[in-house]
Amino acid sequence: MPSTADIQAGLGEILEEVAGVTPADATPEKSFTDDLDVDSLSMVEIATAVEDKFGVAIPDDELANIKTVGDAISFIEKNQ
Amino acid sequence: MSTPTDVVVTGLGATTPLGGDVATTWEALLAGRSGVSRITDDWAKEFPAQLVARLTHEPADQLDRVRVRRLDRSQQVAVVAAEEAWKDANGADSGVDPLRLAVVFGTGIGGALTLLGQDDVLESKGPKRVSPFTIPMLMPNGPAAAVGLAIGARAGVHAPVSACASGAEAIRWGLDLLRFNRADMVVVGGTEACVHPLPMAGFAAMRAMSTRNDEPERASRPFDKGRDGFILGEGAAALVLERADAAAARGATVYGRLAGAGATSDGYDLVAPHPEGEGAARAIGAAIRDAGLTPADIGHVNAHATSTPLGDLAEATAIRDAIGEHPLVTATKSQTGHLLGAAGALESVFSILALRDQVVPATANLDDPDDGAAIQALDIVRREPRKATFSAALNDSFGFGGHNMALVFTTA
Repeated sequence: MPSTADIQAGLGEILEEVAGVTPADATPEKSFTDDLDVDSLSMVEIATAVEDKFGVAIPDDELANIKTVGDAISFIEKNQ
Repeated sequence: MSTPTDVVVTGLGATTPLGGDVATTWEALLAGRSGVSRITDDWAKEFPAQLVARLTHEPADQLDRVRVRRLDRSQQVAVVAAEEAWKDANGADSGVDPLRLAVVFGTGIGGALTLLGQDDVLESKGPKRVSPFTIPMLMPNGPAAAVGLAIGARAGVHAPVSACASGAEAIRWGLDLLRFNRADMVVVGGTEACVHPLPMAGFAAMRAMSTRNDEPERASRPFDKGRDGFILGEGAAALVLERADAAAARGATVYGRLAGAGATSDGYDLVAPHPEGEGAARAIGAAIRDAGLTPADIGHVNAHATSTPLGDLAEATAIRDAIGEHPLVTATKSQTGHLLGAAGALESVFSILALRDQVVPATANLDDPDDGAAIQALDIVRREPRKATFSAALNDSFGFGGHNMALVFTTA
């Protein structure tokens, strides 16, 4: 099972690939839309990449509640 | 004397099978180089027509990675060309109000590579794996929207779609926006990037493409007896337009005037040109009148001339009937291939540079002009570029669907 740090690092890689976010900026308190400039379509791509990387599917109604990098990390940890 | 509604060209951009920007493209054109090559991919081996004119510079190398992911290739090249034109016009420092900045960018086919590529994803991996950017990447207004975002245009973003006349139609729309005072600056142009087995097969099924597979650089031969169809090309071209008084006030460098435009439709056949180019001649005549000129004033014509047997002859007839036998005619698709929705924009760039440099590029591969009376009558520049003195040039473009466009440019 990957650690919280592993998940954060993996999420950082996804964010860099999909949305051009510098990995060091992908810290738990950051808001996807307000801080990292990730739009709604990119969030859909991120959800697909998370499923590939961590084997965790994020349903659409859950995706809407994921506002920060920390929210995403928690969701992945809980659902692994 | 300029009047308040005089429209001038203050920026140019292009990425083409001859070069990654305007300067290298123009240099390669005058040097007689060809952008045509034979496809070496396995899929092409069974194809009757195997020639294409590919970009010399990959757009993905010129844009940041995230934009590359989100833009179809046709949108990427549109942005590359538009950003060159915008920079050339010093647009970012022009002081133009974004609420008065518009974009008109046409495409013939739109995001075909995305449509077909995502269909492959759908078939192989299922609907959940289809990219959420599929629709914005395939929609034909996507290139215009991408250019609008790149320069922050908020006065309107428009996307004329008229097959191979789209690029020229975009320029006409830009002229109208400025004449009607709906914008202060307009970035106009056309784009195309659809080198893929399906469009190639479709055009080949129409018997519209050259099958001179063993002689790529000699295959596009407008007005020549041996012509047998066009070569599919990819690329984009863009122009920055503004009113002459505003351009003068900000000290912009002016390439020339966009003096007039004409547009007609054939009402004759879905894809075949009218044999005498009746609608084409009307568009040419309308553009000349719109520019306040007479046919005698037109010193140079950059012809649409795609190298198809029917199209070139009909166009030659239209040029002779509407203008006469005096203008120096060239067919630059002999070197660039046919950029479909970008063609009218690229050939307008060439027309403007021809005016600036007072030189008409040669029509490559015109070894033995067609016996048709109109082709014999015209003064088609061949073998090498010709220096000449002229103050007005006309670029015409025609598209499947019976669309006819003509644009007149004059020295500043």
